[in-house]
Amino acid sequence: MALTGLDIYKQLPKKNCGECGVPTCLAFAMALAAGKAALSSCPYVSDAAKEMLDSASAPPIKKIAFGAGVELGDETVMFRHEKTFYHPTTVMIRVSDNLSSAEIAARVAEVNELEFERVGLRYGVEGIAVTNDSGDAGKFAAAVSAASGALAENKSLVLLTEDAAALKGALEPVAGRKPLVGSATTANYEAMVEVAKAAGVPLIVKAAGLDALAELADKVVAAGYKELVLDPVTSETSKALADLTQLRRLAIKKKFRSFGYPVVAFTNKENPLEEIVQANVYMAKYASMIVLNASKKEHLLPLLTFRLNLYTDPQKPIQVEPKLHAVGDVTPNSPVYVTTNFSLTYYTVQGEIEASKIPSYILAVDTDGTSVLTAYAAGKFEPEKVADLMEKFEVAAKVNHKKVVIPGYVAVISGKLKEKSGWDVVVGPREASGIMSFAKANFGS
Amino acid sequence: MAVTLVKERWQSRVGEVVLGATPAEGGTRSHTITVGGDGTLPFLHFEGAVANRPVVALEVNDVEPDWSPRLKEYYAGVINDPAAWAKKCVEEYGADLIYLKLTGANPEGANRTPAECAQTVKDVLAAVSVPLIVAGCEDAEKDNEVMAAVAEAAAGENLLIGLAEQENYKSITAAAMVHKHSVIARSPLDINICKQLNILINEMGLPLNKIVIDPMIGGLGFGLEYAYSIMERARLGSLVNDKMLAMPMICTPGYEANRAKEANAGIEDFPGWGDLHDRGTMWEALTATSLVQTGASILLMRNPEALKLVKQNIDELMVSNA
Repeated sequence: MALTGLDIYKQLPKKNCGECGVPTCLAFAMALAAGKAALSSCPYVSDAAKEMLDSASAPPIKKIAFGAGVELGDETVMFRHEKTFYHPTTVMIRVSDNLSSAEIAARVAEVNELEFERVGLRYGVEGIAVTNDSGDAGKFAAAVSAASGALAENKSLVLLTEDAAALKGALEPVAGRKPLVGSATTANYEAMVEVAKAAGVPLIVKAAGLDALAELADKVVAAGYKELVLDPVTSETSKALADLTQLRRLAIKKKFRSFGYPVVAFTNKENPLEEIVQANVYMAKYASMIVLNASKKEHLLPLLTFRLNLYTDPQKPIQVEPKLHAVGDVTPNSPVYVTTNFSLTYYTVQGEIEASKIPSYILAVDTDGTSVLTAYAAGKFEPEKVADLMEKFEVAAKVNHKKVVIPGYVAVISGKLKEKSGWDVVVGPREASGIMSFAKANFGS
Repeated sequence: MAVTLVKERWQSRVGEVVLGATPAEGGTRSHTITVGGDGTLPFLHFEGAVANRPVVALEVNDVEPDWSPRLKEYYAGVINDPAAWAKKCVEEYGADLIYLKLTGANPEGANRTPAECAQTVKDVLAAVSVPLIVAGCEDAEKDNEVMAAVAEAAAGENLLIGLAEQENYKSITAAAMVHKHSVIARSPLDINICKQLNILINEMGLPLNKIVIDPMIGGLGFGLEYAYSIMERARLGSLVNDKMLAMPMICTPGYEANRAKEANAGIEDFPGWGDLHDRGTMWEALTATSLVQTGASILLMRNPEALKLVKQNIDELMVSNA
């Protein structure tokens, strides 16, 4: 919970010395509350007050960065409608050190290709997690080196072993990639902290059961390391859902410092389809990172698309570029439809037009990503604007007719639009679902 | 160190709705299905009652539907026989109940008469013993006639019939009241319209435990997040005692997911998206399981492989985590 200026003021020395650059302690407190000043600029603040203010102003879930720009955690809400979710669940593909070097190269090459393009966006998995399943330090180091060598530069690396010496050996040659490493357990945490700290890489802290996990996290912090990711050892789906929910709730609602870190979840399914369904639960309910076995495009695309949906800011609808879009192999005879640039509206219309199998143009009007009715109500779907856009994108030069189709909901603008543009205005269906029969009736051959 | 878990104390719970009626209750079903009743967020057994498991229906059409060949393969040989189709869904594919869509009533299509539609419903009732969900052809005027005839022909069966919408709810609500059925109240991704419609239906005299909410959804990748948040808000609303939001929710992942290009386009057209078979299955499965996480009680599906995955996921989530 954020502190108010007055809460902060109570902790300040109240000397009004002005050395911080602000004339009074009260003014300094207000600046701190607004995030416009740093506590470190007060030379007289007591250590106790400093610790109290530091922990109160720390985010409920620490942001942990590693690899090629991966950021985990730093979430502030339980439900996306409360504000938004900020850091999309990182997805890592498991690579076992039991594989031969040729198999590792092939698997990493497959991961490099797990990038998708759809609805004008590009998204993919973040990298690989090399696991020391062999239990052999030499094999692990060789596997990590082979995997890192094959891994694309924009992908990140996670190293997983419970043998601190094996970690140290494998980590050294790839330390430049800033991997995330693990896992610290009750048995090995002191040695693991030493290795992670020396390399300056974040560390996974692993314990089954929330009590054990809190205890271990506290020990690791006491040992002097705070760059942590928590592993509650997820196995059974329902129990994992409960644990992941509690970790998030305790961090956000109770500011429970032991759990103020991102959380990693591991799937336990052999069948890739079942694994993706399980990962879907963990993604929906609070995992910051998921490690998967599945590595096929047809399995990852649905999961990563869910991630895209879940992490869309509810206050900033996704928009498409406001311009003249072509759907299919358009010709000068192709019909011209007008709709908004709200991606949900646009892609629904586009899908129906595609399904009608009549190549067409769609003029997406910039309505700040609002739907047809909302845009019209807000004065963002005016006939003047549509006419200007038709001119700007030279619709008249693209087709040999002068007929434009507008959504049924804005039938009222048809007269004015005809006047402004000089085109015949055809009132289309209200809902995109009506486009198919509309298109067949009006433009079918 | 013992961690003190955070357990919310919710004031209320989701209402329960019973689907179907056994002979003792005036119907012919072998069993009824109860949905809703949860006293917490989805599957948080540690905090409150997870009263009834979400259920999955497979969709059956009265005329051959305009589905992709990939989807129709599952129903080869029965796609022109709603009774046999329904039987296959229950016996072979494990559907908890049947969602019968009377597409054939559409005046722009087969234009079947209300009497013909009622007969189809009777045929399906005779072929399977699970409760039935019946929806019209989405032509409001025709549906009013058709659903009235269906409601009468299946009087006492406690069908779940749809759709009641803000502009058109009176006729179907009346039919449900007279012939003892429950209704689907559909609102377009809008929590206020959703509440308003429930109030209107309830004011006509249909009890709240005869209403199921269809909040409308977007499929995976196509606005799923809107439904996701609206449904989370509705579930939270029902837990803080908002009676007009406290009905179980029904969703249409089968319809929405399979509209997407991602569920239909072959690998030859989109090599970057991987093989179609599993992609199509997962598109529908994840649309459904994502909504199960928000509190969906009834999922209307099409792909039996996706249905199997969703059922297994629900089985796993029904294991207590208290």
